[in-house]
Amino acid sequence: MNRYPLWKNLLIGLVLLWGLIYTLPNFYGEVPAVQVSSGKATLKLDASATQKRVEESLAAAGIQHDGLFSDLNSVRARFRDTDTQLKAKDAIEKAFNPDAADPSYVVALNLLSASPQWLTNIGALPMYLGLDLRGGVHFLLQVDMKGAVTKRLDATTGDLRTLLRDKNVRHAGITRENQTVVIKFRDTESQTRARAVITAGTNDLQLVEGQDGADFKITATLTPLAQKSIQEFALKQNITTLHNRINELGVAEPVIQQQGVDRIVVQLPGVQDVAKAKDILGRTATLEIRMVDDTPGALEAAVGGAIPPGTEVYNDREGRPLLVKKQVVLTGERLTDAQPGFDGQTHEAAVHLTLDSAGARIFKDVTRENINKRMAILLIEKGKGEVVTAPVIRGEIGGGRVQISGKMSSEEATDTALLLRAGSLAAPMEIIEERTIGPSLGAENISKGFHSTLWGFVAIGIFMCAYYMLFGFVSVVALASNLLLLIALLSLLQATLTLPGIAAIALTLGMAIDANVLINERIREELRNGSSPQAAITAGYDRAFDTILDSNVTTLIAGVALLVFGSGPVRGFAVVHCLGILTSMFSAILVSRGLVNLIYGKKRKLDKLSIGQVWKPGN
Amino acid sequence: MEFFRIHKDIPFMKHALVFNVISLVTFVLAVFFLATKGLHFSVEFTGGTLMEVSYSEPPNLEKLRESLAKEGYQDAQVQNFGSARDVLIRLPNRDGMETGKVSEKVMANLATLEGPKAEMRRVEFVGPQVGKELASDGAMALLLVIGGIVAYLAMRFEWRFAVSAIIANLHDVIIILGFFALFQWEFSLPVLAATLAVLGYSVNESVVVFDRVRETFKKKRGLSTPEVLDHAITSTISRTIITHGSTQAMVLSMLLFGGETLYYFSLALTIGICFGIYSSVLVASPLVMWLGVSREQFMQVKKDKEEAVV
Repeated sequence: MNRYPLWKNLLIGLVLLWGLIYTLPNFYGEVPAVQVSSGKATLKLDASATQKRVEESLAAAGIQHDGLFSDLNSVRARFRDTDTQLKAKDAIEKAFNPDAADPSYVVALNLLSASPQWLTNIGALPMYLGLDLRGGVHFLLQVDMKGAVTKRLDATTGDLRTLLRDKNVRHAGITRENQTVVIKFRDTESQTRARAVITAGTNDLQLVEGQDGADFKITATLTPLAQKSIQEFALKQNITTLHNRINELGVAEPVIQQQGVDRIVVQLPGVQDVAKAKDILGRTATLEIRMVDDTPGALEAAVGGAIPPGTEVYNDREGRPLLVKKQVVLTGERLTDAQPGFDGQTHEAAVHLTLDSAGARIFKDVTRENINKRMAILLIEKGKGEVVTAPVIRGEIGGGRVQISGKMSSEEATDTALLLRAGSLAAPMEIIEERTIGPSLGAENISKGFHSTLWGFVAIGIFMCAYYMLFGFVSVVALASNLLLLIALLSLLQATLTLPGIAAIALTLGMAIDANVLINERIREELRNGSSPQAAITAGYDRAFDTILDSNVTTLIAGVALLVFGSGPVRGFAVVHCLGILTSMFSAILVSRGLVNLIYGKKRKLDKLSIGQVWKPGN
Repeated sequence: MEFFRIHKDIPFMKHALVFNVISLVTFVLAVFFLATKGLHFSVEFTGGTLMEVSYSEPPNLEKLRESLAKEGYQDAQVQNFGSARDVLIRLPNRDGMETGKVSEKVMANLATLEGPKAEMRRVEFVGPQVGKELASDGAMALLLVIGGIVAYLAMRFEWRFAVSAIIANLHDVIIILGFFALFQWEFSLPVLAATLAVLGYSVNESVVVFDRVRETFKKKRGLSTPEVLDHAITSTISRTIITHGSTQAMVLSMLLFGGETLYYFSLALTIGICFGIYSSVLVASPLVMWLGVSREQFMQVKKDKEEAVV
């Protein structure tokens, strides 16, 4: 008998209900909204307090909102129309950022789903649209990992020098040569001792002993593990820095993600000012703190061309030359924050720096040993360095809190702080891919994708109903439920939907009907061979199953290959394609069988199936 | 309605040689065009900058070109696309230039021209390192698909089926590429996706026929191998045509309504579907026959894998 047990019917019903609920948010459309989020890494957003403040500021300005929402990182307010939205943005901006030059909050225009609260509460959100559908900018940034390693080796050179001096090991020079550090010795004894000392001091280096003419040497390279951790750190640090920089743009939902080992994807929906976005991202500045060589006469000699070994000449922001040692004391990665402010006693403008713990330790040692000497803070941008400031060290500074002050206007302090913050990229980056989509094109793409799917679906539906009658109708219902489940799944996973993704939906539907055609043809064939209607249904579904499985697995293999190796548009296509194959298996087999069972299953005496004309040879 | 009223099995295998010769000729032609003309790769593969700008009224393309040439972009390709008001500008990557900033410079340059103002619709910039990777990733994806499908079919059926299916369907892929080379249609990432999807799709087609072949071998004794193949193809032909018709209806809808981005994507699918039917039915099956498929091979399988039996 063609009947499903109750649990199976219930299961199908529940899955379809689930699909319906999670598809619902996509029908409500979007309303204008204003989003408030933290603009500073140091500022944690207190959602309930912020929500209250937003409410108060809106009430004070006499603006009505259509609901406030908050999550961990932001508070959002919905508005009736874009006019109110713009007014509200101004009001909130004024309330939250009284000092426009130094905003603590990002107040951005956004679009929110108009779906009711209960849907949002159960995590039913509309599909996440890709940039080609909503407009915006996509960047792919390549992090220069070689640069990151080189920088670390430079720092290592300094560390080794300090280490060997502390342990009284005599050496004849430490230099970085490409991706290695070479330490020279006069005798084997110091070479052996140095090896022991270095091995005890660090795990990050691989040491190879060798001889260079009369000298003995140790060649140190970073272990693969250390290199990997440097690269991971560099990437993470750059992502953090990008977050901070992008906050300046006031983008509602920026996406900043790692891609592969050394790349970062940045997506800025709705951004129109690409030039500004690029400018802010492209500031490939790195920060280094080094000691200034103030030996009398040395600077004059250097400007004349005789640069003392181990030093370099840099200009400060006014163009005055300064002789700076090559050894890097600290790099920007040790700097966690830089803020403009005032000196507590003299009330002079100042810049406050915060160092991480390793940085604080190094800074303490360096300042103790170099009292009354000058240290230079260098900003290296696109291979060119500039001295941001070169303060004199007044005393030992511990605790990682550093204040730079003296002869600075408060504007200069703000600028310096901004430059220092911007400099905390661990490795330089370069834009290697850009995709900008205007907002009108995005809307057009949605309607094109929608119409392609709609008309294709209608054509298939009409044909199936005409050719297979009731069974055709059942197939179309199964196909529709496939679409429903696919959209629900995409909404639930919040997978990015792109135009190729919509194409994949259409194609998947076109291919999914295959399963039902197979089944219907099988049933007709069974009828043709003289089976009773009930037996024909059972045999049709059972026999077709193997074929459906085999053909879906082969299609899935192609989909998975695209998913693994595809990037950008191809990946968007592949995700939907793979999900669609899975949902089509469910709907083509279970949903359509369930329906057929409901229609025919209970009829004991059944002499005809509504599956169109079954032609028999010889009739 | 019943479109296919077939009294007897159609003797496809009698003409197997003819089908394979036709297919071989098409294949050789495709390879010839690929070799002589090459593919017209999109900016995603070659690297460079592509810009789509739109005007309120048709601009003078000659002036646009002149103005860009003055700025130093002599190698800019400027052309209309879609309508006379939409302009597509292509710029190759050049060494020593800040490639990431080209689009802004071009927009600034266009703004200086007299007449209607340009509205930026779309910019795509791809650095030189990305293009190469895409090509190698595409090749890897292709290899993975081939390996995966051969392994699966060999496991579920027999190695003869796996080999024939993959030969027949790779030839579809080459033919799609041949069309793109012949007409110099733009080969972009979505087209690559479509090509690989076609590979999966037409293998699926072969699988349906093979399934029938396996079943017929088991159920109908006394038929020769060509007769079994004829029977399998004939009894699935109705499904083949209807399924492909449905898929093609969807693809046609994309071709008509999908706009520029989906145009070549659906074109690749259309070619793939047409040749997919042909190759998976009329090429793959003879190949299986020539590789020496016989009933005994399935009887052995039956003992090993009871659950796979229909």
